[in-house]
Amino acid sequence: MTTTLYDPTGEFEPLARQPLAKPATLAGLTLGLLDISKSRGDVFLDRLAARFAAEGVTVKRFKKPTFAKPAPVDLLQDIATQCDVVVEGLAD
Amino acid sequence: MLLPDGFVAIVKRDCPTCTLIEPVLAALAASGRPLTVYSQDDPTFPATGHVVDDRELAVSYRLAIETVPTLLLVEDGVETGRLVGWERDEWRAFTGQDGLGEGLPGYRPGCGSRSVEPGIAERLAVRHGEFHVRSRALDLPELADDQEYCFERGWSDGLPVVPPTAERLYRMLKGTSRAPDEVLGRMPPLLTEVTVEKVAINAVLAGCKPEYLPAVLAAVEAALDPAFCLHGLLATTWFSGPMLIVNGPVRRALGMNWAGNVLGQGNRANATIGRALQLAVRNIGGGKPQDTDMSTFGHPGKLGFCFAEDEDTPWTTLAEDRGVPRARSAVTVFSADGPIGCVDQKSRTPEDLIYSLAGSLRAIDHIDMVNAADVVVVIGPEHGRVFDEAGWDKARATAALHAATRIKGRDLGMGTAPGARRENDDGLKPKFRAGGLTLVRAGGPAGLFSALIPGWLMKGELGTDPVTREIRA
Repeated sequence: MTTTLYDPTGEFEPLARQPLAKPATLAGLTLGLLDISKSRGDVFLDRLAARFAAEGVTVKRFKKPTFAKPAPVDLLQDIATQCDVVVEGLAD
Repeated sequence: MLLPDGFVAIVKRDCPTCTLIEPVLAALAASGRPLTVYSQDDPTFPATGHVVDDRELAVSYRLAIETVPTLLLVEDGVETGRLVGWERDEWRAFTGQDGLGEGLPGYRPGCGSRSVEPGIAERLAVRHGEFHVRSRALDLPELADDQEYCFERGWSDGLPVVPPTAERLYRMLKGTSRAPDEVLGRMPPLLTEVTVEKVAINAVLAGCKPEYLPAVLAAVEAALDPAFCLHGLLATTWFSGPMLIVNGPVRRALGMNWAGNVLGQGNRANATIGRALQLAVRNIGGGKPQDTDMSTFGHPGKLGFCFAEDEDTPWTTLAEDRGVPRARSAVTVFSADGPIGCVDQKSRTPEDLIYSLAGSLRAIDHIDMVNAADVVVVIGPEHGRVFDEAGWDKARATAALHAATRIKGRDLGMGTAPGARRENDDGLKPKFRAGGLTLVRAGGPAGLFSALIPGWLMKGELGTDPVTREIRA
């Protein structure tokens, strides 16, 4: 059964967090590619990595242990501290 | 709700009286008049007649069934009569069936309805009743941990909170007669509307019992009084946060602490009433540390700072001094830093004790500062005894402390070398403004100590004044 909780806040902020504004250019930024461990997701991400690298973008690769669970906190922190932008790869 | 016409019976298999009268229900079903049976625990019981599954207890709840079996007579969809339990003559007269229940015992009390079992009332009221919540409902993601969800949404002060479910909110709101949509004011810094319901949700988070809610509501109202200047207090770089002192009969009713470890941990009412106010500031108003709350240090009491006064002393109580008689309950909100101890195990006269306390009080904030902050002095029982045995009332002790805490102008000169001070200024400057020294009584029986609780550096019209509100059910 779904548990429902009631919002204790003044409900001033939107329910969903707003994403950061997209950067105008990737020049000089570090880009993270997160493989969520879906089958053949790496094929797609390999191509992306090559394309970004050709553009002069620094690319770092990350991988979740399993697509069935949220990314471990350590992994999220690694990405947040090392990258400016992230592409999360889904495939099926 | 529209009921089927004819006889309506509410039963459960688990009830011996209900199973006893199974043949009676069969006879009624065969009598020509329609019979509808609502079964609370087993839709195959009774074996005959038109049985409706009421394991969800929706019908039992809406009909306010307290005992099974209950037999209703319904005409044109409206209940026109009701029998409770089994009493043969009553049933015969009610149904017009003279031979009903022949051979059965003449009387058997019924059993408790499943809809009134302990703990189920809130669930049924939420599920089937008239419980409307105005606040946003958030469905927990599947497999999400409710505690972690509360942390992730930023609802916690750093300690675990009680997840505000519908049942808990329903119970909490039963603690007050005030309407959930009553508006108490606007909570800084975002100046969002504060309703009884929003305060109740935060009281659930804080771990309050429903009976604490009136005290929490009074505390929020006091804190929202412009005289208290909550916005500035929550935003200041200074240490202070709100502190609550509770007076009156509600102290005993809620089991509050005014004795040993009175300023410390261990008492649910003290801990959670103070915490509920701070969670309301955080969640409703959006006042969060390292954000709008710019406090350099803060202090542990910002998790919640609330205690009751010891009223079994010869002195008038804080609430009495502030216009609320002893027979009524009140909460007073102060700005407060952490407590500073004053030990004096040698003074046996009020004069000596005043000298001791005044020395410690003069150092508050800075030894060279006067008229900077208000202070609450919590006189412990063993210090209080010194005043009581000498017949000193509170007004006399307060006046003596004001006099003894004055500082010579020549001694004031923060940041300046002794030679650069106003050496010729022998005038006495009051350390505290008139009304800025508040004496209350509390603490455990052993220890010749008192507690000095300074407040925010901005006081009075420039900053904060204490505010008292009566606690109303």
